[in-house]
Amino acid sequence: MVYYIYDGSYIGFLTAVFDCFDLKDKAVKVVTKEQYSPSFFDEGFEIISDSVKAKRVLNGLNKKLKKAQVNDFYCVFLSEDLQAVQYTFDLICELFRQGADILENYGDEKVVYFAKTLKSVGREKHRMKAFVRFKKATDGMYFAIIDPDFNVLPLIFRFFKNRYADQRWLIYDVKRNYGLMYTLQQIVEVKLLPLEKQALATTEVIAFDEDEVYYQNLWKQYYQSTNIEARRNMKLHLQYVPKRYWKYLVEK
Amino acid sequence: MDRIQEKLMILADAAKYDVSCSSSGSKRKNKGGIGDASASGICHTYTEDGRCVSLLKILLTNHCIYDCAFCVSRKSNDVKRAAFTVEEVVEITMNFYRRNYIEGLFLSSGIFKNADFTMERLMRIVKKLRTEERFHGYIHLKTIPGASEELIKEAGLYVDRMSINLELPTEAGLKLVAPEKDHESVRKPLAFVQNHIKELQSESALIKHKPLFVPAGQSTQMVIGATPESDYQIMSVADEFYKNYQLKRVYYSGYIPINSDNVLLPQVGTQPPLIRENRLYQTDWLLRFYDFKLDEILNPQFQNLDMDIDPKLGWALRNPQFFPIDINTADYKQIIRIPGIGRQSAMKIIKARKFGKLREYQLKKIGISYNRAKFFMICADSPFTLGEMSMMNVKQSILQFGNSKYKNTIPENQLSLF
Ligand code: SF4
Repeated sequence: MVYYIYDGSYIGFLTAVFDCFDLKDKAVKVVTKEQYSPSFFDEGFEIISDSVKAKRVLNGLNKKLKKAQVNDFYCVFLSEDLQAVQYTFDLICELFRQGADILENYGDEKVVYFAKTLKSVGREKHRMKAFVRFKKATDGMYFAIIDPDFNVLPLIFRFFKNRYADQRWLIYDVKRNYGLMYTLQQIVEVKLLPLEKQALATTEVIAFDEDEVYYQNLWKQYYQSTNIEARRNMKLHLQYVPKRYWKYLVEK
Repeated sequence: MDRIQEKLMILADAAKYDVSCSSSGSKRKNKGGIGDASASGICHTYTEDGRCVSLLKILLTNHCIYDCAFCVSRKSNDVKRAAFTVEEVVEITMNFYRRNYIEGLFLSSGIFKNADFTMERLMRIVKKLRTEERFHGYIHLKTIPGASEELIKEAGLYVDRMSINLELPTEAGLKLVAPEKDHESVRKPLAFVQNHIKELQSESALIKHKPLFVPAGQSTQMVIGATPESDYQIMSVADEFYKNYQLKRVYYSGYIPINSDNVLLPQVGTQPPLIRENRLYQTDWLLRFYDFKLDEILNPQFQNLDMDIDPKLGWALRNPQFFPIDINTADYKQIIRIPGIGRQSAMKIIKARKFGKLREYQLKKIGISYNRAKFFMICADSPFTLGEMSMMNVKQSILQFGNSKYKNTIPENQLSLF
């Protein structure tokens, strides 16, 4: 068994795939620096992220698969789930050796787990598109905080960019401590200092637009009025909006 | 409470009986403004009744010159009345949209003065949103029966979806509770819009930038359980409307009693027929996506759906000669007819079996509902059984197994269970 230790980035991960072929290693486990604990029996090999190598792996995948399928690997990678990342690694290696149709083998545990994770990430991605609630600051910036189960911000920012093309916005992932900001020209990554992040919790760092609370109240009113009491069904309600998402929702 | 908030309370409350909240099916892209309706629909939240909230669904006004007995806004009903101005609707829509509360607007109205007067107001709202606010989000407009074709045609250039409700499944039913209304005034605009969509399609080869015209198509809604139609009658109407007007959706809305004066209608306090509504949606789904013909599920001999089991299972139990289906050799169309197997799992099965015959443990992982499906299929290691199990027993076992699931069936608009 060889441990490939990478920096946690997707480029690092793809570099690992490249090196695995280059070095003709067989039983490889991919781990990040944080996940790795050295042992006597296994070898540890540090992967140096290399965008040229990563690009070559992507090119290889693009030749064998449709664009959306290639993107699936990235989505599952963003689950940050150790098992799913390992299977992704194994599947990419297998696919280069045996051909793309191994991905359709739903009789194989790896494929099933991969598909399941892909679905979970997709669901979280969809939920974030739905549950992000912007608050308008005095300077006209629309601001939202998220804390998703998976690292889905890279998967949703284009959606917001297309949609909110004429307003400046910032979506901040407090769990992973980074955010993406749209400046009307481009998307930039922002990172808050620990102190700023703390201050976020109190919401006092941002001065909100004078109409902000007014529209929040209107929305709450709408939410109540559109409900049909005779059809009340809390079980179904909770299935669609699990409690852990309530913190996002103005109307809750 | 501020006046706008009060209006919103009244006019959202009056609009909520329209069940459609779909925001999918359009292809409107953001062109130098705000909004994008090209993605598949998004539910931004859910009400406590478990319905999706995707659009800001409001009436322009609940003043109405008609007196349809099944409707809260009917003239004779003693409710608070209100009316938004054009500007107010635009402002609320934009501010909600910019905060990512909604996908867009669902606008409808009671009829004040006359059809065209009302329609003209609605038109001004959608036009302002598109041209002045440069809003490219989703707009669903419920057209007013009797409005002029010019107005409908112009509105069609700004909206994504249009709808006009049948209200009651049959003309006879309608006459009982809304004598001033008829189905003809629904058919006419549906046909008019549909023809215009087709015309534009056939011209499209000639015109470079063909205008978007109702890109998400049309829909309608029927109220279920207010009048005594059978499920067969209801679904026959739906089937006909899907075929003749290429509707994107037919909605079935379980009647919620709101009228104590009319003795023909279910009285206030009666439970809305939620399970029945669910079964109708399941049937609708089977017709549109599972390649079932209506008479396989409902026909003059079998007029009403089972309430305790879903229509696909019901069909399977009535047709034992189709089963068991061999999962390793049957084609897709056969596999999706197996109770407990949906379209996605069927696709996976077809792909996976290329790698070798599928066994029970694999099928369980693929995501089918094995405990239901097992009675209707065989796989590589299915135990050899002597003789056939009677369908009566199958139903018993399934009902027993899925006891909680079937006894407290949850009505859903979007169904995944078969
Ligand atoms: S015309 Fe429409 S709003 Fe008016 S009473 Fe009839 S259903 Fe209600």
